[in-house]
Amino acid sequence: MAPIFRVGFTGLILFLIYIPILVLVVNSFNASKYGIKWGGFTFKWYEKFWNNDGLMTAALNSLTVSIVAASVATVIGTLAAVALHRYQFKGKALLSSMVFVSMLTPEIVMAISLLIVFMALGIKLGFISLVIGHITFCLPFVIVAVYSRLKGFDMKMLEAARDLGASESSIFWKIILPLALPAVASGWLLSFTLSLDDVIVSAFVTGPGYEILPLKVYSMVRVGVSPEVNAISTILLVVSLVLVVISQLLLREDK
Amino acid sequence: MNEPRALLNLNNLSKTYGANRVLDNFDLTIFDGEFFTLLGPSGCGKTTVLRMIAGLEDTDTGDIQLDGHNIGQVPAEKRPINTVFQSYALFPHMTVFDNVAFGLRMSGVAKEEIAPRVTEALEMVRLGDFAQRKPAQLSGGQQQRVAIARAVVNRPKLLLLDESLSALDYKLRQQMQIELKRLQRKLGITFVYVTHDQEEALSMSDRVVVMNKGKVQQLGTPREIYEQPANLFVAKFIGEINQLDGEIVEIDGNHEYEVRVEGLKWRLHAEHNFKVGDKVNVLLRPEDVRVEYIDDPHPDQYLVGEVVERNYKGKTLDSLIRLPSGIEVIASEFFDEDDPSFDYSLNQKVAIKWVPGWEVVLPHEV
Repeated sequence: MAPIFRVGFTGLILFLIYIPILVLVVNSFNASKYGIKWGGFTFKWYEKFWNNDGLMTAALNSLTVSIVAASVATVIGTLAAVALHRYQFKGKALLSSMVFVSMLTPEIVMAISLLIVFMALGIKLGFISLVIGHITFCLPFVIVAVYSRLKGFDMKMLEAARDLGASESSIFWKIILPLALPAVASGWLLSFTLSLDDVIVSAFVTGPGYEILPLKVYSMVRVGVSPEVNAISTILLVVSLVLVVISQLLLREDK
Repeated sequence: MNEPRALLNLNNLSKTYGANRVLDNFDLTIFDGEFFTLLGPSGCGKTTVLRMIAGLEDTDTGDIQLDGHNIGQVPAEKRPINTVFQSYALFPHMTVFDNVAFGLRMSGVAKEEIAPRVTEALEMVRLGDFAQRKPAQLSGGQQQRVAIARAVVNRPKLLLLDESLSALDYKLRQQMQIELKRLQRKLGITFVYVTHDQEEALSMSDRVVVMNKGKVQQLGTPREIYEQPANLFVAKFIGEINQLDGEIVEIDGNHEYEVRVEGLKWRLHAEHNFKVGDKVNVLLRPEDVRVEYIDDPHPDQYLVGEVVERNYKGKTLDSLIRLPSGIEVIASEFFDEDDPSFDYSLNQKVAIKWVPGWEVVLPHEV
């Protein structure tokens, strides 16, 4: 009896968690507009999304922001992780705990503070402010991913490399980076996902001239959930899921 | 043997970590082509010396001269010195070939010269067939040999080995000791080896320095260190030794003394200068102690003791014998099946002697 109960209980919880998403995915293929009854299988909502110029522009904008933000965050985050791991300097402990603080900061707080900074510096809200905002919240995730991978290696290797005549830059390019690469890639994918579906920070720091997909969707559902939104959400879901799985696989690969 | 030529001079090296003085005005000369060992318990500063030679550790004071040039300010990557690390520190993402080629590539050796040199180095450590493997696919002993090949392929003036055999099991370690020694003779490179294992130090080295608390305790050949320890620390650290208390009762001139040990007077030789009344330690290696039946007709005097423990060790029989003063003496004897007096039993009273001159007499230390 007990195993059946356990399996049933787990199943129930998973069902409760995933039923809304499941309904959304199913409805994105539902020919009936209101999603209350099944009207037959269709791709027409996806087609509608494809042909909607406003939505497509927003989607492309989102992709651009995410790719740029994830890439910059990955470069900065990797260098920061290497510095935290490799060098002894004043305030190192403080800096590494600040990484976790910024990971745990409520997004709304970060959004407001970013907005204040942009106002103070006179930065026009739009693409630039969006990218800076996204880099800010992606950065700690990259640092943590790369840092924990580096920590797993015997750092006598770096001394061995020096002993064999390697300069600081050779050590970085030939030893540290190849070893950290799975974590660097995983950090990029994670950042891309976080950036792609971010609403809160984006809502604060973007301007009227630069629309991105999550915000566009958000404004669309204010006037009722259209099946088109279901289709967009399903695409976002699949993209995020695939990227998260890849990033986890990269990290799991044995050292 | 030619006159040894000094290759490396360490002058007055000191190093302090916080309140801990790990190296205290340390001087040392290492000769060209020798197998030199730094031996001492953990924390004695031997690894610090090695890392300073490699350039991986800064010195507080003092200077390091290689071939007469001060290299104290030369960074590690520019010194013609290579290290075999205790944990091997192989690069896990590179093949064995790339690991060994790393140093050559870094120093800009011509491409067509790299492959033959790497192959030669790998064959020297008998890993010619393993060039395309990753380090993780090799056993500990093989990884060790890759680490050695990776260092010697650069033809350093000095090869440093940091407890390089300690991670291997006993059998493999002994095999590698012989191999290292052979390699050193073949290459003619000066090896500086760090270990806490006295057996390893004695069997491989041309010269050994015994260190404790950042200071040199004794410098000499393995034989000098084993047979003529300079102080009680060296005597006890290198192998087992029995320690008897004695007192100088008469000076017979020229380092010959009458010494009272366990109530008897012995005529002993000592390198130190003593006065009458000085307390001394008389040290005896277990293998130099002779145990005999007491009813044997003895021409010379002996100590009497009681057998309290017998340990069969295969090659030898170790007996623990308690003297009337309560001091216990270990005697380690080779089996001689033809010797009837060998077969003493527990609690038996036996005679203890040693070959005159094989004892070491040192000033008394606690």
